Amino acid sequence: MTPEELSVPAIECERLTHRYGDLIAVDDLNLRIERGEMFGLLGPNGAGKTTTIRVVNTLVPVQEGRIRVFGMDVMRRAMDVRSNLGYVPQQLSVEGALTGRQNVMWFARLYDVPRRERRERVAEALATMGLSDVADRLVSTYSGGMVRRLELAQALVNYPSLLILDEPTIGLDPMARDSVWEHVSALRTRLGMTVLLTTHYMEEADTLCDRVGLMHHGRLQAVGSPDELKARLGPEASLEDVFRHYAGADLSGNVTEQGGLRNVRQSRSGR
Amino acid sequence: MSDSLAPAAEPLARPLVQAPRGWHQASALIRRVWTFCIVEIQKLSHDPIELGTRAIQPALWMLIFGQTFSRLRAIPTGQVSYLAFLAPGIVAQSALFISIFYGIMIIWDRDAGILSKLMVTPSPRAALIAGKAFSAGVRAVSQVVVIVIIALLMGVAINLNPFKLLGVVVATVLGAAFFSCLSMIIAGIVRVRDRLMGIGQAITMPLFFASNALYPIDIMPAWLRVISRINPLSYQVDALRGLMVGTPANLLLDFAVLVVAAALGIWGAAVALERLVR
Repeated sequence: MTPEELSVPAIECERLTHRYGDLIAVDDLNLRIERGEMFGLLGPNGAGKTTTIRVVNTLVPVQEGRIRVFGMDVMRRAMDVRSNLGYVPQQLSVEGALTGRQNVMWFARLYDVPRRERRERVAEALATMGLSDVADRLVSTYSGGMVRRLELAQALVNYPSLLILDEPTIGLDPMARDSVWEHVSALRTRLGMTVLLTTHYMEEADTLCDRVGLMHHGRLQAVGSPDELKARLGPEASLEDVFRHYAGADLSGNVTEQGGLRNVRQSRSGR
Repeated sequence: MSDSLAPAAEPLARPLVQAPRGWHQASALIRRVWTFCIVEIQKLSHDPIELGTRAIQPALWMLIFGQTFSRLRAIPTGQVSYLAFLAPGIVAQSALFISIFYGIMIIWDRDAGILSKLMVTPSPRAALIAGKAFSAGVRAVSQVVVIVIIALLMGVAINLNPFKLLGVVVATVLGAAFFSCLSMIIAGIVRVRDRLMGIGQAITMPLFFASNALYPIDIMPAWLRVISRINPLSYQVDALRGLMVGTPANLLLDFAVLVVAAALGIWGAAVALERLVR
C-alpha cells in the first residue's frame, strides 16, 4: 500500500442527509474517521446512529451527500467497499438452525476466503472469540453473549479493514458485555483495523473509543476524544454531562430544552 | 492526526480487498449461489423432521383424494388412470406449497437482521435470491421422492428412466424457484409478515385450482382455461406428467416457460430485496 493510500481516511461523510418520508433521520452530517481509529457514535434511540451506519455499510443507498470508505464511493463501488467490511447489526442475527462453525464458514465463503485457508481461518475466528468448545453445537442452544461473540467471529473471518458494530452490547448482561469488549479491543490491537461502533452506554465509549461523536436529532453535536470533550466542561465532568451539554438532552432521549424523541425504527420495518 | 491514533504499523499495511472483476464476477456469482445452497442444505440436514411432516399432506392427497376420485371416473384422463394423472399434479402442488412460504422466510430473515448482514457481504442480490430459490427446489425434490414411492406402492407405473427422473427434478426445481421468487416479490411489496400470510394463503389455492394439476385444461370453462395457460404451474405439471407417466407433453415449451419464469422471478425478487431492507 502506498503512503497516499494510507493517508486516505477510513470513512468520510460529506453533507449526508437521510429521510424516511417526512422524517429527517440524518441531517447534514459531516464526519471523518481515520484509519485505525476506534470511533463511537453516541446518542439516544432515534438519534440517527443506525441510519448512518446503514448508509456507510452500503445497505441503504445514499439519498443526499457523499460517503467514501477508504476513498471508495459507497454508491459507485459498493462491492469493493463490502469486500473490506465486517458488520454486526443490532439484533442477534445468526442462523439458529446451523452450528457455530457452519455460521462462520458461511461468511468465509461469502468473502472468498481461499479454499485451503478456510477451515483454519474459521477455527481461528472461533478460537479468538472463545467458542472452540461449542463450535459444533447448534446456535439455537447458545446464550445471548455467545451469539454476539459468534457474530464477531463471522464479521472477522475475512480480516476486515473496517469493523462496524451497531450497539454490540445491547441486551447483554454486564459479564457478557465486558467479554465482548475485551475481545473487540484485543482484536483491534492485533489487527489494527478501524472500528465504527454505536452505543448508548457512555462508560463503555469513554474507556474504549479514541474519539466519539455525539449525535442527537440526526445531527452531530460534538466530536472529539472523550478526555478532550470532558475537559471542555470541567474536571469533574462525565461523558454523560458532555452529552447533556451539547445535545440539550440526556441519553434516554428525554429532552431538557426543546424538540422531542423520534423513532424511525417503525418506519424502517415498514409498519 | 492519523499517526498518533494508529496502533500497530504492520497490520495497517494490510491491503484493501477488491471485489471480483470482469469475468471473475460470473464465477463469483456461481460460488455465491452455491454457498447459499450449501447453507440451506445444512439447515435441512439439522431438521429432517421438517421434511417428514411436509410429506404428510401430499400423501393424504394421493391416498384419499386420489383414490376417491379414481372411483368417480368423472375426469377424462386419456390413456392413464386418474392416480397416474394426479401424481405429477401433487408433486407440483407440494413444490408450490413449500415455495409460497419463502416470502415469509425472507421477512423473518429481515426482521432477525440476517438479511442485512448478508446484503453487506460482497454478494449480488441475485445470488442470495437464487440460493433461496434453489433451496425451495431442494425441499420440493424431497417431496418428489415421497410421492414417487407412494405412487409406485399404489400401483402407478412411474417411468423410472434416470434421464426422465432428472427431467422431473429439473422441472420441480424450476417451478419451486419461480413460486418462491413470486412469494419473495410479494414480500418486498407488502413488507410485513402478517399481511403476507394472508396473501400467501389467498393466492396458493387459486394458483393450484387454475392449473391442470387436478383435471385437464380441456374440461375447464373458457375463462379458467385462459388463466391456466398463463399459470406456470400448468407448464410444470405438463412436463412432470409427460416425464413421469408418459402423457403427451410439449416438453420444449414447458421447460422454456419454466426457465424464463424462474429467471424473471429471480430478477424481480432481487429488486424486491432492496425494498425489503429499506
